Amino acid sequence: MSAPVLEIRDASRVLAGPVPVTLVDHASAAFAPGDFVSITGPSGSGKSSLLYLLSLIDRPTSGDVLLEGRPTAGLSGDELAALRLSRLGFVFQFHFLLAEFTVRENVALPMRRLGALAPDAVKARAEELLSRLGLSAALDKTPDQLSGGERQRVAVARALANDPAIILADEPTGNLDSRNARIVFDIFADLARREGKTVIVVTHETSLAEEADVRVEMLDGRIQAMRRRNGI
Amino acid sequence: MTPAGAGLLLGIGLSHLGRRRRQTAVSIAGIMMGVAAYLVISSMMLGFQNDFIRRIIDVSPHVTMLDEYRSPPLQPAVRTFPEAAVEIVGLRPKQELRGLRNPGKLLAEIQAMPGVQAAPALRGQAILRFGSTDVSATIIGVEPELEARVSNIERDLTAGSLAALKTTANGVILGVGLARKLGIAMHDTVNVVSPTGVVLRMKVAGLLRTGITNIDSFQAYILLKKVQVLLGRANVVNRINLRLADVTRAREVAGRLESLNAYRTESWEEANEEVLGLFIVQRAIMFSVISAILIVAGFGIFNIISTVIHEKARDIAILKSVGFLERDLRRIFLVEGVIVGAAGALLGWALGYAIISALAQVRFSMDLIATIEGFVLERWWGHYAISGVMAVAVASIAAWLPARHAADLDPVEILRGGP
Repeated sequence: MSAPVLEIRDASRVLAGPVPVTLVDHASAAFAPGDFVSITGPSGSGKSSLLYLLSLIDRPTSGDVLLEGRPTAGLSGDELAALRLSRLGFVFQFHFLLAEFTVRENVALPMRRLGALAPDAVKARAEELLSRLGLSAALDKTPDQLSGGERQRVAVARALANDPAIILADEPTGNLDSRNARIVFDIFADLARREGKTVIVVTHETSLAEEADVRVEMLDGRIQAMRRRNGI
Repeated sequence: MTPAGAGLLLGIGLSHLGRRRRQTAVSIAGIMMGVAAYLVISSMMLGFQNDFIRRIIDVSPHVTMLDEYRSPPLQPAVRTFPEAAVEIVGLRPKQELRGLRNPGKLLAEIQAMPGVQAAPALRGQAILRFGSTDVSATIIGVEPELEARVSNIERDLTAGSLAALKTTANGVILGVGLARKLGIAMHDTVNVVSPTGVVLRMKVAGLLRTGITNIDSFQAYILLKKVQVLLGRANVVNRINLRLADVTRAREVAGRLESLNAYRTESWEEANEEVLGLFIVQRAIMFSVISAILIVAGFGIFNIISTVIHEKARDIAILKSVGFLERDLRRIFLVEGVIVGAAGALLGWALGYAIISALAQVRFSMDLIATIEGFVLERWWGHYAISGVMAVAVASIAAWLPARHAADLDPVEILRGGP
């Protein structure tokens, strides 16, 4: 395996309270560029919590998450936000698009925030991404004018907007019919295998999870097993 | 990472407000009403104040030297033993005749000052009797040629002339309000009864209308010599009235004359300080009322921004997870408050301008401290600036509190909650 692009090192996430709740318990794993990873496990096993730690949206109470070899535990909120913006893309179970914005504007949002491209270039890239995902006809529509599958593809396009090295998705097919679930899952597989992005997907669906190159299984907040295809 | 560009934050803010059009409109209307009310009331007040001050400066002496002292002179014993505890027993105060000493010399000294005109006057109380009507009035003895240099009586006469005091035997010029109270007209004869019991039959030689109620309703102008006779004070004047080429020097000139001659010398500001003080109280009350209106409008803005934040908690989580900074979120909601405040201010300016224009057409007559014949309105750019700043400041503060809450929201908690 080449040098890991994303690594979680002995990280735990405990919710403080009268009775502390451990969401993630001493998790360690490393993911290389081009890895297509599925995280599975029963409800409450800590899949989403692990993904929030990996995506730098949440901080571990102990341990660390290393992005491209760089520890993140000591970074400020603004520094983590900057990394999320430029290096990570996130897709939620429910599309979570901004309802008042058009499809094009939703996809352009991370690029406008990053400010690296001129307005015309932002528009062109948003249209190109949406075209790649088969949404050329939906550019000026608002999210409520789209089907569930289309919305989720828009969310994928938004996650790809700043050309991140890593895509993280929390149950991206959980709210889709089987046809649309297949389409979205194939998009993730393509991103990993053709474009060399690290794609980490939390899913309940075993049949889809089995297609991943790396399978992480969780139980009670712990990583029970991590298997690479071809038996590693 | 630098904060997000204003265009992006503005776009998100506008989209939120556009989503809640009715609430946004109500909040904007609240600010608009506050701003418009401020503009109309302050325009009325400023107009009335400035009109009053203009009339005072126009009609009254700019500086008046009086035959009195600010503090009584010290007794010789007190002057001799300044550190001692002095008890004076059986003191019989000297019976001093009131009046300015050596007024001719004082007048000459004052008139030698550059940009200053001066005229002597003797002022006292008398009863004006016409038929069965008695009216108490202030009688002012003047020398017409000199008085014409220090006041605009000549201009404000609606009938007769100042010179007629000299050409008419026992002539008197009455304020129009005083004449109305007596039921008297030009050329009628009125009895002037002094406190010493002297009665002079005088002929109305002029009617005066200055617009200042205190003058028009209570003052009568008579030749100086006649007033001296009426009051039994031959060759006495009890004030010297000054008119300045530069009215802003009134305090300075009054101070200089008082330090030189010890006589109490009042500028027009000091002579009218009670009224001018009332204007300050009036302004303070107006500011309090308008502030209350704007604060109530601020609660409306607080409410709408809080509601938007509650509704948009998921959007906030998305923006944070995408990489927006906490200060970006604060600014989005602050921008929303500023938009509401600025829109309210702009509409308030337009509404206020329109109301002021409409009020300027209204005509009525009323005798207050000055006679007014309609709303005296004065537009001043500063009122627009103050109301705009107040509106945006109130809106910003109202938005800041919920905006801080938005920035502090934990995206993980919201994202776990689902759609």
